[in-house]
Amino acid sequence: MHYSVEPGLYSIGKPDTGSDVFVTANYKLSFDILRKSLKGLNAWVLVLDTKSINVWCAAGKGTFSTDELIRRINEVQLHKIINHKRIILPQLGAVGVNARAVQKQTGFRVHFGPVHAKDIPEYVRAGHKKTDEMRLVKFTMLDRLVLTPMEINPAMKKFPLFALVVLLLFGLQPSGILFKDAWSGGLPFLILGLAGIFSGAFIAPVFLPFIPFRSFALKGLATGILVVFFLMPFLGLTGLQAISAYLFFPLASSYIALQFTGSTTFTSMSGVRKELKVALPVYLISTAVSAILLIVYKLYQWEIL
Amino acid sequence: MKYLLNVTSLEFFSEKCTGCGRCVDVCPHSVFVMTDKKAEIVDRDLCMECGACALNCEFGAIKVASGVGCAAAIINSMIKGGEPSCDCGGITNSGCC
Repeated sequence: MHYSVEPGLYSIGKPDTGSDVFVTANYKLSFDILRKSLKGLNAWVLVLDTKSINVWCAAGKGTFSTDELIRRINEVQLHKIINHKRIILPQLGAVGVNARAVQKQTGFRVHFGPVHAKDIPEYVRAGHKKTDEMRLVKFTMLDRLVLTPMEINPAMKKFPLFALVVLLLFGLQPSGILFKDAWSGGLPFLILGLAGIFSGAFIAPVFLPFIPFRSFALKGLATGILVVFFLMPFLGLTGLQAISAYLFFPLASSYIALQFTGSTTFTSMSGVRKELKVALPVYLISTAVSAILLIVYKLYQWEIL
Repeated sequence: MKYLLNVTSLEFFSEKCTGCGRCVDVCPHSVFVMTDKKAEIVDRDLCMECGACALNCEFGAIKVASGVGCAAAIINSMIKGGEPSCDCGGITNSGCC
């Protein structure tokens, strides 16, 4: 699927040489939102080639960039189309565009407009002035909810591999692989696996600010512990199996919740690095320990130990 | 919403600030305010290291190590080396962004 718009200059209404120029990415959703917000105005829209990625991500990746903006301004010969020097960029484009460099090389003055296109009419009416509110990026529960499929899908892609390992482990008997044993022994672990994904990829993101701790790893661990402790009494796991499950699944939830840092609007690279420095060794060691516990359990079952 | 405290790499050199207000204009989390015709950091723990302020400060008054704050990207960069990037497995518009 391609959510792409051809880069170049577009017109909204009947723009003339005095009309505003708004710059955006060639991600179709970004373009459509801008177009809708500009309804009723006469304006130019300059679409940059961001490889069909939205403005903020593209600015971070370096495709919504100073160079691309300069190239596009020259390509459409903007100076022949308008008689003023103001071009308006979405504020989040500032991550990739150096306004001073654009002015030096093209003569056009970059104005960073509101974060959200819906504020543009008010911004224009106010004489190209932003309110403080228009500068802020928020992260509402609805914002977070619509992002959860992006967390659940990649986690579910790894689930079949996890299920295969679990079923093999429980099905493997001295007499061969027994499907009945694989299913009855493995089922509680498969349920816990799904619960861990639900906890880390859904509960933690959606209820993010209401879960204690600033660290995403700890948030995911907290929801994971809740979910796993709630389920365990129903699953009939005892001894080594139970210890292994208590050790592994809350931390699986923690790991998955930590992935959500990639989708938020407020986490920083330094912060995530700091979390990973502690969390990664914990994940690796606890996974190894819980695997060893299950193997020891199997050896008991086979009466080798 | 606020992330971890005391981790941001944001640095501000007040003596180089000319008070143009660009940083206040581009920051999506209101880390800066203008006081007495100079910028000032009000809450550095709100910084997400997007880098917009440093890139747009003409006077070199702001430094920040900007980058992708995504766990998967950072783990990838630890394994493969290089800087963290959004390109998970080379598929654009994948889970990351």
